[in-house]
Amino acid sequence: MSAARSGRRTLGLIALAAVPVAVLSVFFVLPVAGMIERGLWPDGRFDPRAVAEVLARPRTHRVLWFTLWTAVAGTVLSVLLGLPAAYVLYRLRFPLRGLVRGLLLVPFVLPTVVVGVAFRQLLRDGGPLGFLGLDGTPTGIVLGLVFFNVAVVIRTVGAAWEGLDPRPAEAAAALGAPPLTVLRTVTLPALRPAIVSSASVVFLFCATAFGVVLTLGGSRYASVETEIYLLTTDFLDLSGAAALSIVQLVVVVGLLVVAGRARAVPDAVVARTTARARRPGRGDVAAVLLTGALLVAVAVPILALVLGSLRAPGGEGWSLASYRALGTRGDGSLVVPVTEALGNSLRTAVDATWMSLGLGLLVAIVVTRRSHSRAERRVRGVLDGFFMLPLGVSAVTLGFGFLITLDRGPLDLRDSPLLVPIAQALVALPLVVRTLIPVLAGIDDRQRQAAASLGAGALRAFTTVDVPVVWRPLLAAAGFAFAVSLGEFGATSFLAREDHPTLPVVIFKLIGRPGAAEYGMALAASVVLAATTAVVLLAVERLRVPALGAW
Amino acid sequence: MLTLDHLGVTYDGVPAVRDASLTVPDGSVVAVLGPSGCGKSSLLRAVAGLEPASSGTISWDGVDLAGVPTHRRGFAMMFQDGQLFGHLTVARNVGYALKLRKAPDLTARVAELLSLVGLDGYADRLPATLSGGERQRVALARSLAADPRLLLLDEPLSALDAGLRERLAGDLDRILRESGTTTLVVTHDQEEAFALADRLVVMREGRIVQQGAIGEVWAAPADQETALFLGYARVLDGAAAGAVLRAAGLPPAPAVALRRSALTVARPGDTRAEAGRLTGVVRTSRATPDQVRLVVDVEGIGEVDAVATPGTAAAPGEPVALAVEPARLATIGVPVEH
Repeated sequence: MSAARSGRRTLGLIALAAVPVAVLSVFFVLPVAGMIERGLWPDGRFDPRAVAEVLARPRTHRVLWFTLWTAVAGTVLSVLLGLPAAYVLYRLRFPLRGLVRGLLLVPFVLPTVVVGVAFRQLLRDGGPLGFLGLDGTPTGIVLGLVFFNVAVVIRTVGAAWEGLDPRPAEAAAALGAPPLTVLRTVTLPALRPAIVSSASVVFLFCATAFGVVLTLGGSRYASVETEIYLLTTDFLDLSGAAALSIVQLVVVVGLLVVAGRARAVPDAVVARTTARARRPGRGDVAAVLLTGALLVAVAVPILALVLGSLRAPGGEGWSLASYRALGTRGDGSLVVPVTEALGNSLRTAVDATWMSLGLGLLVAIVVTRRSHSRAERRVRGVLDGFFMLPLGVSAVTLGFGFLITLDRGPLDLRDSPLLVPIAQALVALPLVVRTLIPVLAGIDDRQRQAAASLGAGALRAFTTVDVPVVWRPLLAAAGFAFAVSLGEFGATSFLAREDHPTLPVVIFKLIGRPGAAEYGMALAASVVLAATTAVVLLAVERLRVPALGAW
Repeated sequence: MLTLDHLGVTYDGVPAVRDASLTVPDGSVVAVLGPSGCGKSSLLRAVAGLEPASSGTISWDGVDLAGVPTHRRGFAMMFQDGQLFGHLTVARNVGYALKLRKAPDLTARVAELLSLVGLDGYADRLPATLSGGERQRVALARSLAADPRLLLLDEPLSALDAGLRERLAGDLDRILRESGTTTLVVTHDQEEAFALADRLVVMREGRIVQQGAIGEVWAAPADQETALFLGYARVLDGAAAGAVLRAAGLPPAPAVALRRSALTVARPGDTRAEAGRLTGVVRTSRATPDQVRLVVDVEGIGEVDAVATPGTAAAPGEPVALAVEPARLATIGVPVEH
């Protein structure tokens, strides 16, 4: 290949990458840099003492310790509860299996605020499980985290278990190993990569959980994420928030590296097949019972939420009063009616969707095209790493970064209606990219070469080869982005304007009010938000894009 | 002794094995031979307890094994591709069953078994670093370590290439004889069956079509398809069969199966009786390193295969005389003598 041609390819690559690079520079690098500057250069001079001072506070120690132990407990419980369910749902055959699988995955797609509200309703005094006295306790928070994350374990480990060759286990049984020994010596070692991978992802989710912890823990039990929010909004301690954000940034990047390593554990020795599921036998009783219990445990908070929303506020009997009140401002607690907030949410989600989709598609194309020269490969490698950066920042730190940097000069976007969608698009970007990359990478480059050899130009080759394969995952990615945006609370809670709130923000506001009517409205609004999200994700599920498993 | 009595195995209502009865006497090696999809693997899995029997019984020394789980049967199974545990070293793979039984002198026994299969010094290797043949040897040692009442072999050599297969078949035969292990092997490869077994069970479409001592089955295939599956090149019936048998000096039979080398081009000066010859015209001729393979149109019989030693071959269109080798053909459908 001539040098000129290779140079042109590299130029084309850079042109294609220009838009995502520019967007990420302004809306990601700048806010994060601003946040670090605020923490480490508090008065324009490098002074790490501010960070050290925040880290030395007893409350910070409590927050860090709380984050760590709830995340560990949430992870351990999720794995312990998820493993038997993964076995039952992906290895056994029974009527309505598809439905049970779907039901157990529901919690993961619920907006975090909705999960929080559902648990409040379940555990509060006078609630169905109020007698347990778990409302506002760390135990309640851990249960909320497990409720949310057990689906990750079921899905990741279940997929691996389903594809696990059954013959090594049969060989062990034929050598005289009883079932539990087979599980311990053959099956679990083979599943280890999937278990470690799902556990590290769950730990990441637990350690960065925001909506669940904020709605259930309030200001009494704060994790690093909620503490950043509380310091910013309640105490106006921006340096403290910046210091904690830096801690969170370091921790999250560290966790991602660990999770990436865990995922990279070679499992090439494990043969992939899809084993015939078998009927449950005598030895499966314990696992089936545990799965049934898990199903009940998952259904109870959701039922509590739905039933609670249908009670007359403060009174007896059933009523749609809470739903009717969604058209009002709830006795002046709200600036806009809930219905308007729903409209805001939907409009914001549309904007966030096209942004993250366009950005994600460009990124995926740039990353997956085969390199033809060493220079090109190097450029592509650098871009690849750059585009993965948003993964390393939690939504809360991103929102906080926006808040403190995008307020001056040409970038004063505080009043722009696009600020919230941009933040949400960045939150959804990793998911979009991860849905598209496996698909684009799966297209054999020789297909494009064949099209080119038949006389198709670059654009024509793209429409012939890529588009037919990509449109379905693209639609799925759009659905994911839309759902993420609808439920997004971490970044939005910092950025949404008082007179232009999204539905999760309004729900959080309502649940903080003392009145029974407002509480009823929070329940009803949560049901509406959950139902909207569920409709979108059901539509996505019908597209049957396999990448759903790669969170 | 293993006894299958009218065994049936079904998958989702589709029968894979029907009405199969056979015995594996202590110390013997029985091969179940059949094309892929004939149900032989299902039969083996049912014996191992990995599939339930839908009808009939599987018993050991008269004790019905229904309801006895795989790990309590004492039947070690060696899979087609070994199924070594990838996360364990060779020594820990071989020692797996020993450890389960808390056997004493584990290390010494493992070394002994590795030596038996010719893999001294492989103890600390991981399965991924072994060749296909080495893996099968480890799998064999691992199965023998379980000290099984019955060894089940599922196509033990099929995953290997031809040269290796032959060598390992010899080793396997020696090891099974030396240890006196009662063995049931299923295979689609007649060479493998002949190399290992005393008795042969031929299966087709889920049914056992023939069983007996290996030489008997070889000499008298039950039917045309069995003959073809056993490696006979062509089956002739009616007048054609009569003509060939007459030429071979054998009594008449409804059908006769010919090996590829059953008819040889008679060299000039051949001492065999002129009367025992068939004559025909060469249709095609293809040279291989050892012999020339011909298709000859024989008068009154039709096209048959024949071989010639290199150099004596006739070109297509030329007439040739063919001598019949009685040891290389088998009669089919002869009623059993009373």
